[in-house]
Formats: sequence, structure tokens, C-alpha cells
Amino acid sequence: MSEAIRQRLVVIGNGMAPGRALERLFETSPGTYAVTIFNAEPRVNYDRIMLSPVLAGEKKFDEIVIHGDGWYIEHNVMLYKGMKVVKIDRAARTVTADNGTTAEYDKLLIATGSQPIVIPVPGANLAGVLTYRDLDDVTAMMLAAKSRGNAVVIGGGLLGLEAAAGLREQGMNVTVVHLVPTLMERQLDSAAGHLLRKAIEARGIHVITKANTKAIIGEKKVRAVLLEDGTELPADLVVMAVGIRPNAALAKDAGITVNRGIVVDATMHTSDPDVFAVGECAEAFGQAYGLVAPLYEMANVVAAQLAGDKSAAFAPSATATKLKVTGIHLFSAGDFADGADREEVVFRDAARGVYKRIVLKDNKVLGIVLYGDVTDGAWFFDLLRRGTDITAMRDTLIFGPTVQAGAAKDPSAAVAALADDAEICGCNGIPKGKICKAIADKKLKDLAGVRAHTKASASCGTCTGLVEKLLQLQLGDAYHPSASQAMCGCTTLSHDDVRRLIVAKELKSIPALMQSLEWKSSGGCAKCRPALNYYLLATWPGEYVDDSQSRFINERIHANIQKDGTYSVVPRMWGGMTTASELRAIADVVDKFAIPAVKVTGGQRIDMLGVKKEDLPAVWSDLNAAGLVSGHAYGKALRTVKTCVGKEWCRFGTQDSTALGVRIEKFMWGSWTPAKVKMAVSGCPRNCAEATCKDVGVICVDSGFDIVFAGAAGLDIKGTEALGHVATQDEALEVIVALVQLYREQGRYLERIYKWAARVGLDTIRKQIMEDVERRKALFERFVYAQKFSQEDPWAQRAAGKDAHEFRPMADLTPLQAAE
Amino acid sequence: MNARALVRPAAVWRAVGALADIPVRGARVVKTPAGCVAVFRTSEDAVFALHDRCPHKGGPLSQGIVHGTSVTCPLHNWVINLGTGKAEGADEGSVPTVAAEIRDGRIWLSLSELP
Ligand SMILES: Cc1cc2nc3c(=O)[nH]c(=O)nc-3n(C[C@H](O)[C@H](O)[C@H](O)COP(=O)(O)OP(=O)(O)OC[C@H]3O[C@@H](n4cnc5c(N)ncnc54)[C@H](O)[C@@H]3O)c2cc1C
Ligand code: SF4
Ligand code: SF4
Ligand code: FES
Repeated sequence: MSEAIRQRLVVIGNGMAPGRALERLFETSPGTYAVTIFNAEPRVNYDRIMLSPVLAGEKKFDEIVIHGDGWYIEHNVMLYKGMKVVKIDRAARTVTADNGTTAEYDKLLIATGSQPIVIPVPGANLAGVLTYRDLDDVTAMMLAAKSRGNAVVIGGGLLGLEAAAGLREQGMNVTVVHLVPTLMERQLDSAAGHLLRKAIEARGIHVITKANTKAIIGEKKVRAVLLEDGTELPADLVVMAVGIRPNAALAKDAGITVNRGIVVDATMHTSDPDVFAVGECAEAFGQAYGLVAPLYEMANVVAAQLAGDKSAAFAPSATATKLKVTGIHLFSAGDFADGADREEVVFRDAARGVYKRIVLKDNKVLGIVLYGDVTDGAWFFDLLRRGTDITAMRDTLIFGPTVQAGAAKDPSAAVAALADDAEICGCNGIPKGKICKAIADKKLKDLAGVRAHTKASASCGTCTGLVEKLLQLQLGDAYHPSASQAMCGCTTLSHDDVRRLIVAKELKSIPALMQSLEWKSSGGCAKCRPALNYYLLATWPGEYVDDSQSRFINERIHANIQKDGTYSVVPRMWGGMTTASELRAIADVVDKFAIPAVKVTGGQRIDMLGVKKEDLPAVWSDLNAAGLVSGHAYGKALRTVKTCVGKEWCRFGTQDSTALGVRIEKFMWGSWTPAKVKMAVSGCPRNCAEATCKDVGVICVDSGFDIVFAGAAGLDIKGTEALGHVATQDEALEVIVALVQLYREQGRYLERIYKWAARVGLDTIRKQIMEDVERRKALFERFVYAQKFSQEDPWAQRAAGKDAHEFRPMADLTPLQAAE
Repeated sequence: MNARALVRPAAVWRAVGALADIPVRGARVVKTPAGCVAVFRTSEDAVFALHDRCPHKGGPLSQGIVHGTSVTCPLHNWVINLGTGKAEGADEGSVPTVAAEIRDGRIWLSLSELP
């Protein structure tokens, strides 16, 4: 459809609700709308409910992203990150952001979510007082937690407890202050609340109930929390998690009807027929919603309405809650208050810490509280949602579906007993039948497959166990839960198993290895082959013949593939030093081959981008003539050794950092490693070469060289750890080489040094390199031996004709046809 | 010009090279007026040909890693079946195939199906 007749849809807010609505809209009527999103948060749509695992250190932010940048590009969505809309002009049909950016709309979708309530006590605006809502809050909490000090969490509801558990996990001393006697009183009765309290306290978290906060004390920064009864709790960090309020002010200012939230009817229209609201900011049937499941239902309705289905309507249904604290299992749904017209069935097993309570009214399930054993949660919840009459199974109801079916106690039976339309994944509203169908139709074998195809268990993940049981039921013995530990689908062996067996069984080629280790696929896959090639190469230097067909294209042809299929070429500049003649040669090559872009890289060298594949050998030949060789900027190999000018020029320099860097690079270039290796040498602790975020770094000091390692400055940011101090350049080189060799021998393919170090332990590595001198020397010798076979410039080899087939088409049929 | 569009010969086979020109578990490119064709050789010495454009974002499939009868795209690791041209796994999409045969050690492509 042409841009002119496309309708313009503007979305304010980029949370989970509009994310789902757009996903559905693009599925059902792609191309109907030109979409613009304003998001006050400077980022893409992510799974907000997974912030707690991020805080607890169990997940990384990129694992919880729902729509990466690519998704917006793919669907032609203009996403304005970090722009807050401050005005809606309904007459002009425009919205305007705080920086003045304005967009016109035909349809407007307000999805501003809600904002955490800040209790208006004195001191609430001190530094160190946070709320818990977005990634910035999590980052701030994690930063504060570095001090290992005291944290006070105000609010013992779902969010407060998740924050408390996360902060405790980060090493803080945590106190939870809760107004009423029972934790999570909106989801739990007092018995379950008591069990929960014991479990929380068992993690070393203090819980104070019936406590009202009077003030937060501190000068510039928070120092303590003062309770009504005079208790003063020391605090370096205060997190308020006392509830949320729909973000409706923007809509209200625009004259749209607003109550507690933005009022919408069942079709999600606001009082303005061209304006929709969705998510936590919306109020439907007199209620605002704060859980994802109903918000996703709203989102489906908005998508259908936008696509022209006027009959789509939102009908609120019961929701279930789970606490996402690893090791604590609780499930709650519906209404479980006591009442004259209600009956209840209770089961307790104090020894196992299990408590189950089902509230019944007119022989139907009205409320469910499960603590400790939540396996039957989905089944009970299904009875609740359907309003099933349970008279016939009244006596054994509490024992769950297994007993109803009369079967022996089998953990899968509960799942087997569920009806096909029973909901498994509450977040995404995925019923059992849909998952089973996907497993059968798409021949899914594991959790990852189910997540990719159905989204089940891809949000909060608490239904993962149920999904795994479905896989188990459907696939029987063919399901291997441990398959995820395996190197790839071609084997059940892990990376470490394979490395061990290569040595033990003296496996020296990929076919021999696949034969001996009973590879399941005929020739491996793109995951295992490059890994095997590396392992064999690193284990048998001089013996193993590199299999170029098992290398990624970049390493096969020694240049970096770019998104348009051209390549980039980066010659080495030892230690970041260059000369006039090298620069001249580069300039000449750029002119001669009409290379479109030249860039200075982060690693102190020069990148020529957009080189045509056919030109590569000739480009290299010209560069070689000026003494320039491959920089391995494309490889799992030694990349760069950055240096500062050091003692030679700098007035602070303590050693000749440049010379050391050049020496290291000349010694180590050409070696293959499990993942890329970047190094740096700084001439003094001012650290101009940024050595403290590298895989290996050196900081020169008057008395010698401080060697550091295991830093990261990519997807993860991590300062280095100390390895040791040595007095001379020779020793520095020996230590660094031995460290890299140990990594070459132990690292899993694609595992950077900092991940390897975290896995095997910093101290173990320090001992082997710094204390066990014999071992260090042996590692050094093994590296030196391997280098004999790897220090030949791959560019020179190819300029001289090696692998010529890589750079030329097999046949060119163009001239013949064109001559017609 | 117009005449060419009307005439659609049934199948014009063209020899494009020898089997030995392609490394085992590798690929080579054949340039045609309408774009590149990737010709693959598997470990069993079977040949397959596909348009050299990944259905995902146009990555050059000829530069990928060949395994079994599939190739993994070098740009974002989609796995494409060499026989059907369809993406495997959870990804959906497909690339046109070109009929390919070996006769006496030479590789022949069915020209009418060239892009
Ligand atoms: C730590 C945590 C744990 C949770 N756990 C669970 C759980 O286990 N289960 C569950 O069901 N739910 C859970 N929730 C609740 C769930 O995350 C929310 O209900 C859901 O994310 C709300 O989605 P939304 O799209 O309505 O709003 P939000 O995700 O809040 O998105 C609103 C977005 O709009 C932006 N915005 C606001 N105003 C403007 C403006 N004027 N201009 C531009 N942008 C603006 C905001 O910056 C924000 O990014 C949890 C929430 C948190 C914080
Ligand atoms: S790190 Fe020290 S020696 Fe090197 S340039 Fe900076 S100040 Fe000078
Ligand atoms: S060059 Fe690096 S940082 Fe830049 S887009 Fe590519 S991967 Fe990302
Ligand atoms: S272009 Fe092939 S996977 Fe992205």
C-alpha cells in the first residue's frame, strides 16, 4: 500500500501492552498503518516482569528484550526512544514530545502504563530513594548494591518482595517494612503469608510487619528510615514498592474522560473515537489492571479494532499471580476472603512446607491459594475460569487431578489431565491444545522451540515446568531436558565433554570425531563445526589440518562480511603505531579500488569498508607490499593490543608501554582462541589505553607491570580483575602468554575470557599462572610451539593464490545474455 | 526486448563448471544477468543451486557453512534447506531453487529457472 493512503498510527508508550497490540496488528493486517511510537524510556520493548530476575543476577537485559531494534526496522516503525509526549492536540490530531518532536495521527493509542506511588513522607525525594518500575531502577539498585550496605524495602507485596530478594542476592542487608500483618495480603491468606514470611526470613531478609513509615532521614543522601514507633532502620538504599497509579494525566489534559485510569469501553476506545488506550493506564469496567494477562487480552482487542474488526471486545477474566523468587513457589487466583456463603478445603503438610486452600461457593471454585507445591495450579485455575461444578469430586478435590483420574501419583498426570483449552501460559494466554499442536505440527523437541513458536513460557517463565511436562508427555523418551546443555542438536555431549574426549581418544579430524562420538547428524551443523575445528586446532597444532569449510566466512576468507555482502579490511598496526608509508599505501589502495568508506576503529587501526570480494586478493597484495599484514579483525583470535605513548613521550609514563604492546602483539598475532582477545598496555595508572576493560591488560607502574584480565566492554561491561605484578617485560610477556594458552586449552568456543574466568574461578587461574611457575613455563612453551604453525600472514598466502576459488565466481553468464 | 519476455523456453541447461571446482561442503557463485546463483556441493557430492539471497535479509548464502543438505546464512544464522530453499527451524521464508545436475563430472543448471 502506498504511504499516501496508509493510516498513521501514533503510540504513546512502548511497554508490553502496545508491543503485543502491534505484533498482532502486523500479523493480521500488515502494511495498513504507518506506525510511530514515542517512548519515555530510552529503549525498545522489553519484558518488564522479568526485571526481578535481572536484579537477582539470573538474567541479562538482552535476554528480556521482546522486540529488538531489528523488529522496528522490519515493520517500518518509527520508534522515538527517550522522548516523552507532553501534549496531545486532538483538534490538530498531533502529539508533541518534550523535545518538540511532533507527529500527526489518524489513530492514537495511549499506552502510558502506570507509575509507582511514592508515599509522601519527609525525605522521600532524597538521593538513594528509588521506586521499582523500569530498567533504570534496576540499574540504580544494582549500583547501590555494590556498596553491600543496608537496604530498606517499603512494601511487602509482590514487587517489594521480588526487589528484596534481588537486593539480598546482590549482597545487601535487606529489611522489608510492611504496613499490614500479612505479606502479599492481596494474593495470600494469613496461613500462606506466614509460610512465605518464614521462607523470606530464611534467606536472611528481615521482615517487619504492621509498620508504618514516618520519615526518611538523611542530609543529601538517605541514611535511615524512621518508623512510626520510633524504630530507626539504617539505610543506604530505600526502595518504595507500595503500589501503582495509572498514568492518565496526559489524556486528562487533552480532555479525554479519565477516572482512576483512562476510561475505555469494551472495544478499548476512549471518549474520543479516534483514540484508544491499552495497558495499565486504561480503566475498563471500572477497573485498572496490573497484570500482563488481561493487558494482553486488551492488546488483542485493540489490534482487532485497528484492523477493522468492530466486534472485538474485552471481557475481563480472573487472573493468577505467582511470585518470581527462585525457590519460593506460590500461586494465587480469584477471591479467597472468608464469607458466610463460602466453604473451603484446606490441605497442610507442615513438614514439606505445603499449604493448599481452595475457596468454594455454590460448588464452584472461587479462590485458590497454593504454597510450596504449585503443580496443580493450572488445573484448579481452569476449574475456576470455567465455573465447573465440583460436587462429584468434592472429597478429593484438594489432591488435584491425579487422584480424580484414579491414576498413580505421577508428576505428569496433572498435566495430562488438563483439558485442551486449559490455559498453561497465563502471560500469553496459551492453552494446552495450542502447545501440543505446535509440538506435533512443527516437530518441536525442546523448550526453546516451544517458546519460538507459541511464546508459551517466554514471558515470566513460571509455567516452564508445565511446558516441559507437555513436551515429556508428547515426546516420551525422545525428550531430553538436558539437551540444552549439549553443544548443539547434533550431540548430547557438552563442550567440555568433547574437549576432554578429543584428548582422551586422540581424535584428530572432524570425521573421526563425529564417528567416534556418535554424532547424530551426518556432517554436524554451523554451531558445532566451527567449535570442533577450533578444539582440534588448539589441541593438535601442526597435526590437525584446518578445515576451512568449517569456519565462518570471515575466518575462511580473512575479512569481515558486511550486511550488503561486501567486506571490510583491517591491517595490523602494531600497538597502534603507524608510519607515513603505511598511511600512503592505505590511501592508494582506497583510491585504486574505490573503497567507499575508511574508518578509524576502536582498536587503534584503520578499517576499509565496502571492499568487493573479488578485489580482496589484489587489495591485500598492495597492502602487503607496504608491509601491512592481516589484523585478524574478523577472527576468534588476537585482535589488537592498544597502547598509550608511555615513557617515550608522556610526562607521566613509567615504562615504555608502546614497546611492550608492540612486543606482545608481534609475539601473539595469528593465534586462534575460543573467542576474540583484545589487549591494552597503559604507561601509568592514568590508564589512557583503557587496559582495565580488556580481556588482558597491563598497567605500568614504577616497580614494573600490573597484569589484569577478564574485563569486558561489549554487551557486558566489566572491569578487569588483578592477575599479578611482575618486575620485567620478559616476565609480563610470559605471564600473558601463559594465561592466553590456558584459556585456549579450557575455554569453550565463543566463550570470552571473562566468562571462562568466572566459570573456572579467578583464584584457580591466578594460582596456575602466578604461583605454579613450572606450569606457567609449560603453558608458555605450548603456545610458542603452536605459533610455529600459525604465524604466516593469511593475506599474503591468498594474494599468492591460496583458496582462489573463494574469490572468483565459478561461471559468469552475464556477458552472453547481455549480448542479445 | 519484448520478444524475450514472451518466449519462455522449457528448460535450457547450461554447464557452469566441474564438480571439483566447488570444495566439498562448500559453494561457488554463478553470475547471471538477473543476479547470483549459489551452487552447493555436499559431503555426499550432491549439488544444489539456490538464488544467492537469504530470505531473511538478503545475505549471500554462498558464503555460509554447508552441513548435511542445509546451509547456514553468514549474516544471522538462518538455516536454509538446499533441496527446498525453505528456512528450517522456527524461521519462515524461502528462496527460489534452481535445478542442478551432474553429468560426467560437470555441473549443469536449468537456465530457464535462473533468476
Ligand atoms: C518488577 C515488576 C515485576 C512484575 N511482575 C509481574 C508478574 O509477575 N506478572 C504480571 O502479570 N505482571 C507483572 N508486572 C506488571 C507488568 O509488568 C505490567 O502490568 C506491564 O508491564 C504493563 O504494561 P504497559 O504496556 O501497560 O505499561 P508499561 O510497561 O509501564 O509501559 C509504559 C511505557 O510508557 C512510557 N511512557 C509513559 N508516559 C509516557 C509519555 N508521556 N510519553 C512517552 N512514553 C511514555 C513509559 O516510560 C513506559 O516505558 C510486574 C511489574 C514490575 C515493575
Ligand atoms: S596512561 Fe599514563 S603514561 Fe600512558 S599516556 Fe596516559 S598518562 Fe601517559
Ligand atoms: S559495529 Fe559493532 S556496535 Fe556497531 S552496529 Fe555493528 S556490532 Fe553493533
Ligand atoms: S540475511 Fe540470512 S540470516 Fe539474516
